[in-house]
Amino acid sequence: MGPISSLISMPEWLDLLIALLIGVGFGFALEQAGFSSSRKLAGMFYGYDATVIKVFFTAAIVALVGSQLLSYFGLLNLNMVFVNEYYVAASIIGGIIMGAGFIMGGFCPGTGLCALSIGKIDAMIFFLGGLTGAFLFAETYPSIQKLANGYYKGPVKINEVMGISPGLFTFLLIAAAVVMFWIAELAEKRFARPDITNEI
Amino acid sequence: MNPYMAGTMLGIVLLLAMFLAGRGLGASGGLKYCVVSIVGAVDRSHADKSIYYSKYFEDGKKPLKNWLTIEIFGVIAGGFLSGALSKRLKFKIEKSPNISNTRRLIFAFLGGVFFVYGAQLARGCTSGAALSGMAVLSVAGFVTMIAIFGSAYMFAWFFRKNWI
Repeated sequence: MGPISSLISMPEWLDLLIALLIGVGFGFALEQAGFSSSRKLAGMFYGYDATVIKVFFTAAIVALVGSQLLSYFGLLNLNMVFVNEYYVAASIIGGIIMGAGFIMGGFCPGTGLCALSIGKIDAMIFFLGGLTGAFLFAETYPSIQKLANGYYKGPVKINEVMGISPGLFTFLLIAAAVVMFWIAELAEKRFARPDITNEI
Repeated sequence: MNPYMAGTMLGIVLLLAMFLAGRGLGASGGLKYCVVSIVGAVDRSHADKSIYYSKYFEDGKKPLKNWLTIEIFGVIAGGFLSGALSKRLKFKIEKSPNISNTRRLIFAFLGGVFFVYGAQLARGCTSGAALSGMAVLSVAGFVTMIAIFGSAYMFAWFFRKNWI
């Protein structure tokens, strides 16, 4: 029963080789989605291109359904898969700061890396900004430590909070995604900007 | 590529990461380890004294030899491969024709600063917190996702000149 890393004590080189290959797949998928273009990503927030939400929710649902199927057939122990810990204030405030960065820079860290790999100079500068941001965080950490570690709730799962099964939550999420995809398709027509979308 | 196809491919990669390594995807974490190792190389005594950096050097650990750091080298290789196959390799500053190169680059830099600062605070960015978090049904993943997108919509009006 997976994850494979919990079954065998993997030598370090194999663990890092998996990291490299997962990274290659990740970068390849992001680039194929068109996420090496900041104007395409920013389209999400002005309505002319809603690729972001389509790719994002499709990916989340594929991984969610896939992992539950693997767990159902006894191939993956979901208790051994990392669940993000919930620090209420840090998640919300961090998310708001990230959103501001998204609309200014036009990238998130993953898409920025993928854009710089194909030669986007703006993405290289975004990357330098990103390193600076990580440095500033490290240097200011002592003064924001309380905020970063406060209101800790542990690795809580959303279906448990709602008191429903993972399967039912997944079903509801798929239904919500279908509605969002439909709105996304409408938005792309309503806010169409052929002058931009023909260039990207 | 069709967005739903690309999303499926991305989802399969995420599922593979969960199945093989028991973890999700990440991007900002790798940047952090790069910074930690640069700081360690430039001023080791500063790193050892800091409550933030010191934990990454305990027991002779090497921050560059880390899952997340190696993963982002993979992201760059994978992006390059895809760009080469789809003939998109080209040095260029991508921007709206209404703004100057300098303006685009200044905002790109600021965007990077904000995004990664926020990602350190939230313990993950769009990949590690929002996408991977949602795939394991974590509340943190959903909250971070809503906060990122909600905030970007909220600020979109102020930065509209840069894009439309």
